[in-house]
Amino acid sequence: MRSCRPLTCTWRNNKRNLAGVLFLLPNFLGVIVFALLPFGVVVLRSFQSAVSGEWTGLKNYREIFGNTAFRLAAGNTLRFTAVCIPLLILLSLALAVLLQKALPGKNFFKSAFLLPMAVPAASVVLVWKVLFHSNGLINGLLEGLGMEKAAWMSSDLAFWVLVISYLWKNVGYDMILWLAGLAAIPENIYEAARVDGAGEWQCFTKITLPNLMPSLYTISVLSFLNSFKIFREAWLVAGDYPHQSMYLLQHLYSNWFRELSFDKIAAAAVVNAGVVFLLVLLLKKAWDKQE
Amino acid sequence: MKRLKTTLRFAVLSVLAAVICFPILFAVSGAFMQQWELEENLGPVLAQTEGMASWNLIPRAPSLASLVELLMDTPQFFVMFWNSLKLACCIVGGQLLMGMPAAWSLARFRFPGSRAVSMIYLVLMLMPFQVLMFPEYLVLDQMGILDTHGAVILPAVFSTFPVFIMQRFFAGIPEEILEAARIDGAGELRLFLHIGLPLGASGTVSAGILGFLEAWNMIEQPMTFLKTKSLWPLSLFLPQITVKDAAFGFTAALMMLVPAVLVFLSGQEYLEQGIAAAALKG
Repeated sequence: MRSCRPLTCTWRNNKRNLAGVLFLLPNFLGVIVFALLPFGVVVLRSFQSAVSGEWTGLKNYREIFGNTAFRLAAGNTLRFTAVCIPLLILLSLALAVLLQKALPGKNFFKSAFLLPMAVPAASVVLVWKVLFHSNGLINGLLEGLGMEKAAWMSSDLAFWVLVISYLWKNVGYDMILWLAGLAAIPENIYEAARVDGAGEWQCFTKITLPNLMPSLYTISVLSFLNSFKIFREAWLVAGDYPHQSMYLLQHLYSNWFRELSFDKIAAAAVVNAGVVFLLVLLLKKAWDKQE
Repeated sequence: MKRLKTTLRFAVLSVLAAVICFPILFAVSGAFMQQWELEENLGPVLAQTEGMASWNLIPRAPSLASLVELLMDTPQFFVMFWNSLKLACCIVGGQLLMGMPAAWSLARFRFPGSRAVSMIYLVLMLMPFQVLMFPEYLVLDQMGILDTHGAVILPAVFSTFPVFIMQRFFAGIPEEILEAARIDGAGELRLFLHIGLPLGASGTVSAGILGFLEAWNMIEQPMTFLKTKSLWPLSLFLPQITVKDAAFGFTAALMMLVPAVLVFLSGQEYLEQGIAAAALKG
């Protein structure tokens, strides 16, 4: 973002400022109506009883934190993120490094890795069902290799099916982010290091990795936020009440929504928003440091 | 040595690409099989018969039969397809129309509060749908448009993600060009229309492509806000097809896949730019 120049920062430059406000206004009004105002109402409602509308203080919050389904879902969501994000980041970094230098078919590979991002989850549901069914293709492969069949969807392995789906969908997206980071490292640092006799591995650990640290931060936060979208795959493959190892906060919200437990939903939305807000502040701080 | 390394890289990437593309090829090949072939391959999954499911990426008897049947004899499919298309196009159109001026404002103007607004947009862009679901429901209920396409379109139009992407591109336009035009007496609207829009066009295209893919793939929003089945988009309809109707399911999935992949392939370059825009500093 451009830094603020002293003259344009106050209302002194009235005419131009007015133009800026007018450009923003239509969109901002929409944002106020569809997001900010109702979110304010939800914050209020999180302190009220859903039935009578009476003020109940922190009762809703106490209730959700004491709720076993909430704990299960929050625990799974945390575990899912803790497993997925490091895996995704390493895998996509590896892809980006492999793809960075000249290679025959480079663009083809890029497209191939990015393609799952464009594939609507709904059009691969059947494929997922056939792959992970107990008589499905993956178990067929395992049997062929002389291994045990696995109950992919009805045991703790369901969690790993979700992890695989997330990696499949997002690895290309993160690879593009890494490639952007890699491209920003000036080539002459490498040249200087090579002249001094540094090997390829040394170049990677001493130049590439340190220079990628700022990207790592951004990529982690964006990956974390993308991990919320995994609900689609989870819901498509396993419905509203999946195996408990892949029961995520998103399942809980939509179930509460269906049961009209609006007080619980309100409190959970506020807690969730708080967590996201904190992360965004961290992201912002990292960006400012780069400036 | 160098040749060997390149070959090795090529081999590793090829294997990974094959694994990643397999599910997509799987889905596509299924659309060209007839029900009997699908039943033969997938019997153990469909009917719990003995043995294991098998698959061949090239159908033994490739046929357009199920595709023709879907297109000719299934009017409800067209309703869903049309719903999906209508939702996606209205959402993307609205996002760009509303978002372009806002992105221009946030990229090129500094007025009291503009930094706060930028921050609000960033936070909202990163909020998962589940957080905004209940607030949106309250507004849509107040407006009395629940269970209409408007309920899915309107909140999505004011998504702040496209604004964020376009803002990144608008901010890259050199100030000198604008300054020169100002000296020539151009007003702010003219600057936006004649300099901002053309020079920031690739940002608009990026935002449009990312927005289309997102809207085409939308599941949670229509699931929450639409009750009437005839209003549903394809993305909600497909999961309802049981494995018993595999031929129907695979062809419908193909029809859902094709528009997304076409948009992806025709705009991949812009898509990559749009993704990368988030990696650069804010």
